[in-house]
Amino acid sequence: MMMKFSTRILLALLATGSVYCQAETLKMGTEGAYAPFNLVNQKGELEGFDIDIGNALCAEMKVECEWVTADWDGIIPALMSKKFDTIVASMSITDERKQKIDFTNKYYTSPVKFAAPKGSKVEISAEGLKGKVIGVQGSTVTENFVKGMFGKVAEIKAYGAQDEANLDFVSGRVDLIAADSFVLYDFLASKDGSFAEAKGPDFDDPKYLGEGIGIGVRKGDDKLKARLNKAIKAIRANGTYQKINEKYFAFDVYGAE
Amino acid sequence: MNFDMLMSYTPRLLEGLWITLGITGLSVLIGLILAVPVALMRLSSFKILQWPSYFFVFYFRGTPLLVQLFLVYYGSGQFRVELTELGLWSYFREAYFCAVFTLTLNTCAYTAEILRGAIQSVPKGEVEAGRACGMSGALLYRRIILPSALRSAWPAYGNEVIFLMQASSLVSIITLLDLTGVARRIISETFAVYEVYLLIAGIYLAITYLLVFIFKRIEVYLQRHTQSMS
Amino acid sequence: MFDLDGYAPIIIAGIKNTLMVGLSAMFLAIIFGLIGAWAKTASNLMVRGFANTYTTVVRGVPELILLLLFYYGFPQLVQDLAESFGYELTVDLNPFLAGTLTIGFIYGAFCTEVFRGAFASIPPGQAESAKALGMSEALMYRRILLPQVMFYALPGLGNVWLVLIKATALISIIQLDEIMRMAKIAANATREPFTAYFLASLLFLAITVVSMVGQHYLEKKWSRAGAH
Repeated sequence: MMMKFSTRILLALLATGSVYCQAETLKMGTEGAYAPFNLVNQKGELEGFDIDIGNALCAEMKVECEWVTADWDGIIPALMSKKFDTIVASMSITDERKQKIDFTNKYYTSPVKFAAPKGSKVEISAEGLKGKVIGVQGSTVTENFVKGMFGKVAEIKAYGAQDEANLDFVSGRVDLIAADSFVLYDFLASKDGSFAEAKGPDFDDPKYLGEGIGIGVRKGDDKLKARLNKAIKAIRANGTYQKINEKYFAFDVYGAE
Repeated sequence: MNFDMLMSYTPRLLEGLWITLGITGLSVLIGLILAVPVALMRLSSFKILQWPSYFFVFYFRGTPLLVQLFLVYYGSGQFRVELTELGLWSYFREAYFCAVFTLTLNTCAYTAEILRGAIQSVPKGEVEAGRACGMSGALLYRRIILPSALRSAWPAYGNEVIFLMQASSLVSIITLLDLTGVARRIISETFAVYEVYLLIAGIYLAITYLLVFIFKRIEVYLQRHTQSMS
Repeated sequence: MFDLDGYAPIIIAGIKNTLMVGLSAMFLAIIFGLIGAWAKTASNLMVRGFANTYTTVVRGVPELILLLLFYYGFPQLVQDLAESFGYELTVDLNPFLAGTLTIGFIYGAFCTEVFRGAFASIPPGQAESAKALGMSEALMYRRILLPQVMFYALPGLGNVWLVLIKATALISIIQLDEIMRMAKIAANATREPFTAYFLASLLFLAITVVSMVGQHYLEKKWSRAGAH
């Protein structure tokens, strides 16, 4: 009896592991800890701007979307080892990453911004950030940017996920956080983020921050890349993109054409 | 990714190694010191002493270390105001402190359980002999029971220390750059996944068997009185 | 206390995956353990060498590293190797499979020691008399040794299970929706990390308690059977 039960588990296990759908299914990779772009809701489902855009692209390309999540740190290795075919996770297009993977054209742009507790008179400059602890998500353009600009004067703490940096900002382990401005504003608008406010200007230095945010694909996957680019253009043209934009933001996130 | 490139990361890996060893060493030391009273409380005949010790050991042995780490590190943030009032927040603010704090409590629980078993297995004859010599209470514990218990607990304790050293790899998840943390950073820069993990696995393997060797030597030393008889 | 803006139910629902992955891994570990124990006493030097390497490596490398190596490293390694021979290959290990394999592989080494001890506690006379009766080795294992080994191994296996089920929390790192990952999602979304992780720890404690009661019951039942 026990034996039978265990065999069944093993069989189920082999089945889940090896089924590789040959139908037109596109495996979309995302993180799920980056509100409002990608997050997991109370029902345990993925939602957010990235997810809606991804689904719209799949609909446009007439393929089935299958979402897979990965840790931010492991998201590029996961794409390379074919755990999924695309990264739709608000990833900036940078030269560094382009050495490993390819990107579609951008599907939105976002500057980097800092936040600090309300009333704190911190100035976003090498002078003003001296000795401060700044929380960022590791392996991101924000981290590179903050390290490049202020790494010599401030202590920079890198987290596995933006949510975790936010938690430590709320608890005061870090003095400031820096992040993609839309993500930052979403957090500041929440109950827990209301103690803080955005500080300093928008940073969009392409040297660090790349050419906007695109969908990652494996190198050499040119056909998929072309199809995605075509689909991005199509949803921009037919109004689908704008509808999704409005659902999350009161302003246009695409940026300059 | 070639070997030379891996070698260029040596300084960072050494820094990571230092953090791994530091956290492990501190936790093991403090954990052992705390484990003695916890084990004695557990063996006490007073319920009021027994129960707290029992629940402490039960909780820390019955839940995953990963959960405990998150509970202490991120969980303490939820009580920042209270902890600040108690003057403790400046400690809990540091990831290093949280890591040592959690690993200490964890190893303390396991070590207390090992000690308890060992104390209970001290031969009655030894205790009676001690009593016959006029020893009692603290002196009996210090001279007879604890040394004897230490000897019989030593192999199990060695395993616990090795387990803790390996478990310290989990602190990489609360922003610390220990050996594993450094490895994960290097991978996110180079994407050389298996090369780096295999290298790190080799380093852990080496530390483990160095510890095994050291504990074995101490075990031989502790058992020297039995050696001469045979 | 444990409402968590409606996130509490998904943490509790995580028990299902925790138990699924735990039971599958335990099943695998028992198989690895039986093979390992047999291999460690085998007369073939190479087989013995393999078994010793297996337990040595598992004992010396942190679970987290092995897990990351299995999930991220191994598929990449195989693909790179295949590519260097001119093949295109996709190795896809989903989190459930990678987690089960890793945990099963690790705890198989512990089961190896448990079974080795259990084999050793069977009086050697029994194997000798089985041989004298003309039983083949396979038959001897099935009829004489295995039933008794299971009896002697039960307490040890129970302990392995208690450690193994806690180790499944690690699989949250490769995003399997078990208790720990759900707690992490809830902690980050509600920003009540203490509440979320404390709830998770209580769920693990509950599994531990139930397992201990179960083990106690089984041991009692089996020891009665063993007495006859």
